[in-house]
Amino acid sequence: MAQTCLTTPISESDVRHLKVGDEVLLNGKLVLSRDMGHKYMKENHPEWLKPILKDMVIYHCGPVVRKNEDGSWTFVAAGPTTSIREEPYEADVLDTYQVRGVIGKGGMGKKTSDGLVKTGAVYFHATGGAGSLLAERVKRVVDVHMLEEFGSPEAFWVIEVEDFPVVVTMDSHGGSLHEVVLAQSQERARALTS
Amino acid sequence: MAECTIPTLSTLDVVEQKSVLPSGYRAAMGDLKALDLKAPTLELIRRASSRLPQDVIDALVQGRDAEEEGSRAFNTLNDMVKNILLADGHVTPLCQDTGTIIFWVRHPFGLSQRRAKAQIREAVVEATQCVWLRPNCVESLTGKNTGNNMDPFHEGHPVVHFEEWEKPEIEVAIMLKGGGCENVGAQYRLPDVTIGAGRDIGGVRKAIIDAVVKAQGQGCSPGILGVAIGGDRVTSYEKSKEVILRKLGTPNPDPKLDQFEKDITNDLNTLGIGPMGYGGKTTVLGVLVEEMFRHPASFFVSISYMCWSSRRRVMTIGAGGHVSFD
Repeated sequence: MAQTCLTTPISESDVRHLKVGDEVLLNGKLVLSRDMGHKYMKENHPEWLKPILKDMVIYHCGPVVRKNEDGSWTFVAAGPTTSIREEPYEADVLDTYQVRGVIGKGGMGKKTSDGLVKTGAVYFHATGGAGSLLAERVKRVVDVHMLEEFGSPEAFWVIEVEDFPVVVTMDSHGGSLHEVVLAQSQERARALTS
Repeated sequence: MAECTIPTLSTLDVVEQKSVLPSGYRAAMGDLKALDLKAPTLELIRRASSRLPQDVIDALVQGRDAEEEGSRAFNTLNDMVKNILLADGHVTPLCQDTGTIIFWVRHPFGLSQRRAKAQIREAVVEATQCVWLRPNCVESLTGKNTGNNMDPFHEGHPVVHFEEWEKPEIEVAIMLKGGGCENVGAQYRLPDVTIGAGRDIGGVRKAIIDAVVKAQGQGCSPGILGVAIGGDRVTSYEKSKEVILRKLGTPNPDPKLDQFEKDITNDLNTLGIGPMGYGGKTTVLGVLVEEMFRHPASFFVSISYMCWSSRRRVMTIGAGGHVSFD
């Protein structure tokens, strides 16, 4: 399995080359968004987010952040949150904002998978619960949007990361590791309970 | 050759040095009216948020070593161990989701529960300011975050259970239960024809297997399952969380259930879901079961799924005021 380094913004052709199982080290900026942000993007179509999200990667994460004395922010713990909650929104978000990747955990469903194929994007999986380990890869908090409105776990944080470790578990060709593991485990469960 | 991390947490001396409690601290157990639980509870939260219990670490290492070296399952479990060491060293939260905060307080006669609850709530507010806890309490409909982990409506969060007991000491257990794993918990009402589960231990087994297959990696596997058999809907779910306080590897007092726990753990680890649902041999770290009463018409099986980062701690304040943590 290939290990690739990618720096955001990412081109569609680079994303189309990625396949399920590829291990990727991400560099550059990521934009954090989870439940409130996705609902807001789908329902309000904020134009101001378009230049921020074009060819970028969205990270499903509600971080623990510390405000420093000089007013800057530090990420203290920042692992992925469960992605399936964004299933109703993600395909539209990918299409509207031309996003090239989503980082989360647990995988997503058919609607998002179809969206990845259509837009040219992938789903990256990060290790859930590894909040300290992943926060170490966050080099800088660049900006934050909607902090007052959404609160810190839900705000659009823009961060810069270095060698942020992820695995492609859903690609832009319809492949999904989650579908494979689900089918195999269901078959095994039938054998265990028959 | 994969890089292996030896799972050694900082020694107790180091933990004591970082304690928020002054050296030689003694709680005012002689006069329960003057007792203030705030400082010891703050220390309890600090330890729960940043230090994983040793039995959970041992189970993760055992799981890692059962996986093929260099496989994604092996590397993922190894990353989990690395994360544990980092959080402990930095005294930062193991996971950004510091969860729903649940306390179980057992105390002698004479303690005011109303005052104790207020002191515990103060400790939670301060722990949130210290960024050992993420502000995790929002209004359900608007999503508005209160910013300090206090329930915006009543005093429902943090959750505090009280029980008076005969002993002279106070015991406070804490669990930080993340939202991702809470969402994959499940309650079954047997018989359940959709999964072919009858009203017996075989039906309980089918319910557990069904819940774990449905959860896949979404509860941050390898998980720890708390299972309550019986009860009403509320007490059943409540018990399924409380049983997760039991240390992994300690036997179930009921020999039949002890064997059941071992067998179902082995069965679940053949499902191939693996760490984070990537595939692998380590799907659960353990299954903890307790049998309850039930109404003759009801047969509930409640399953609480705890993520691999099973943050729980128990504090004991002895009759002489000495505070210890396990």
